[in-house]
Amino acid sequence: MYPLFFFVFATAAVGFAINLLVQRHPIHSALSLIGVMASLASLYLMLGAEFIAAVQVIVYAGAIMVLFVFVIMLLNAGEEERTDRSRLAKYLGMPLFLVFLVTLATILSRQFSPNSMVQFGDFPGHTADIGRRLFQNFLLPFEVVSILILIAIVGAVVLARKETY
Amino acid sequence: MSLPILIFTLAKIVVILLVLLTVVAYAVWFERKLVARIQSRWGPTRVGPHGLLQPLADAIKLLTKEDITPSGVFGLVYLLAPALSLITALLAFSVIPFGPVTEVGGVDLFQIADLDIGLLFILSISSMGVYGIVLAGWSSNSKYSLLGGLRSSAQMISYELAAGLSLVGVLLLSGSLNLREIVNAQTGVWGIIPRWNVFPQFIGFFCFLTAAIAETNRLPFDLPEAETELVAGYHTEYSSMKFAMFFMAEYTNMLTVSCLATLLFFGGWHGPTFGPAVLQAILPLFWFSLKVLCFLFLYVWIRGTLPRFRYDQLMAFGWKVLVPVALGNLVLTSFIVALWSA
Amino acid sequence: MPNSYFQNYIPVLVMLGVVAFLAGAMLVLSYLLGQRRPSREKLAPYECGITPTGDARQRFSVKFYLVAMVFILFDVEVIFLYPWAVIFRELKLFGFVEMLLFILLVAAGFAYLWKKGILDWTKSDSGEFG
Repeated sequence: MYPLFFFVFATAAVGFAINLLVQRHPIHSALSLIGVMASLASLYLMLGAEFIAAVQVIVYAGAIMVLFVFVIMLLNAGEEERTDRSRLAKYLGMPLFLVFLVTLATILSRQFSPNSMVQFGDFPGHTADIGRRLFQNFLLPFEVVSILILIAIVGAVVLARKETY
Repeated sequence: MSLPILIFTLAKIVVILLVLLTVVAYAVWFERKLVARIQSRWGPTRVGPHGLLQPLADAIKLLTKEDITPSGVFGLVYLLAPALSLITALLAFSVIPFGPVTEVGGVDLFQIADLDIGLLFILSISSMGVYGIVLAGWSSNSKYSLLGGLRSSAQMISYELAAGLSLVGVLLLSGSLNLREIVNAQTGVWGIIPRWNVFPQFIGFFCFLTAAIAETNRLPFDLPEAETELVAGYHTEYSSMKFAMFFMAEYTNMLTVSCLATLLFFGGWHGPTFGPAVLQAILPLFWFSLKVLCFLFLYVWIRGTLPRFRYDQLMAFGWKVLVPVALGNLVLTSFIVALWSA
Repeated sequence: MPNSYFQNYIPVLVMLGVVAFLAGAMLVLSYLLGQRRPSREKLAPYECGITPTGDARQRFSVKFYLVAMVFILFDVEVIFLYPWAVIFRELKLFGFVEMLLFILLVAAGFAYLWKKGILDWTKSDSGEFG
């Protein structure tokens, strides 16, 4: 049953991603991106990383995508106008993509035998485990994050204010 | 999971949903009746005794009303928005426990899913609820809708932050995100007062309740649908059942918040139990319902009493009062807990 | 263990299915049951009874965008607080000090926002919609 769920969510993630590229209206693309985030969260959940899955939804699908949707609304962005795509991309794009895909598949299948596939619930990421790692083993990176947030706050203000302020 | 258990789970979910939707329908009746009494009116009286059949009549009316899709709306998104609102509102309810573990045939009767990250689950689902409103406002092609949707989403995300911060105090005391464990950490008494989180965490409780009322877009924070300036806000252009779906989502969210406040701060289903075994089994459910009802009463009471905020006051209150107070509460609580356990 | 872990989530999945079905059924039922007599006036967006003017999707204040951006940053901060609170009893005073440092730095950013007037809604920088 687990492989079935994996394929459902993985297909959903890829499907939403393709839809994101194909859609012409930015709001549809944004909605597809939310779908991608949600599918990824389900995949994390299947691996056992509950906390990461919840954070994925709260931060990516819930916060960052709200900003995206706001920006689309703010700019009142209309349908994308298709340019005549470059001839190079048109003729070489697909074959190169296929080559890339085949290479990737070969490497992965050589590196990992089918038995060593990640099993369901392999990474028990309970909230307490993550807390212990974060606040005991990786203390410095955690504290540095606060500086990162501080810089981002200043950056946000600088970006959004007018020059006159 | 075996098939019989799966079927049993499905049946349980359907029953819980039916009860939930009935409660939501009667919450509307309750509100109309109570607000009427506060304002010296009668409220609904015509349909059934005391207007008790009013919710049913409303449902039939809304279902058979003309389903208008205004011109110039953004087709798919316009349809998706009410569905998204309702789905997220109802889904958040799936982790709420109504009573102690009561297993029958391997299925817990009083909770749909007992997740270790129960609280985070509710927060993440409610963070998705913003989209229903913002997309409804944007896709409707109406100025009122757009303004209402924008205001609402900005308000919701601002107060989501305050609500998230105010809950950390509870987590410090209980050390778990599992809603059942949080309730069980509140068992027992200090002298004569019960060990409810509301006593050590009254600042957190105040912040949570205020933020939650704002997040559910209720008075005095119902700026998104301030009828005197915005007609009906984000659902101005919605009619028939699509309007009803937003309405149901709002009341379901109210109910979820009331349940959450009961679970996190008021000891959930804990209360005096006595008498024969049957009574012992039912009393926790009774206490839980009673506490939730008190919160619903509070919601309506606040609505009947307080005037609406102005939008700039609302945003200033969220960011400049609630967020700093919740942060201060969190630092204070953690300091005391650290001293206590040292 | 993984087995029971996953079993916890199956009801959520079932719930999602039931609820999505319910929402879909409501949309379809109201489409089927309600009578439809559309007219041009009825389908026009509501604008207090007069003919709508201009496009509804106008540009609006950059404030909304700023709020969303600030929200992301603080949301990330709050997310860090949850695992910390869960294991706080193990960390004790040490945990308090490390989080105090974190919160103080973020609070400095908050104070900066406050001083710059980002948190004031009335300090409008233009007469834009919103």
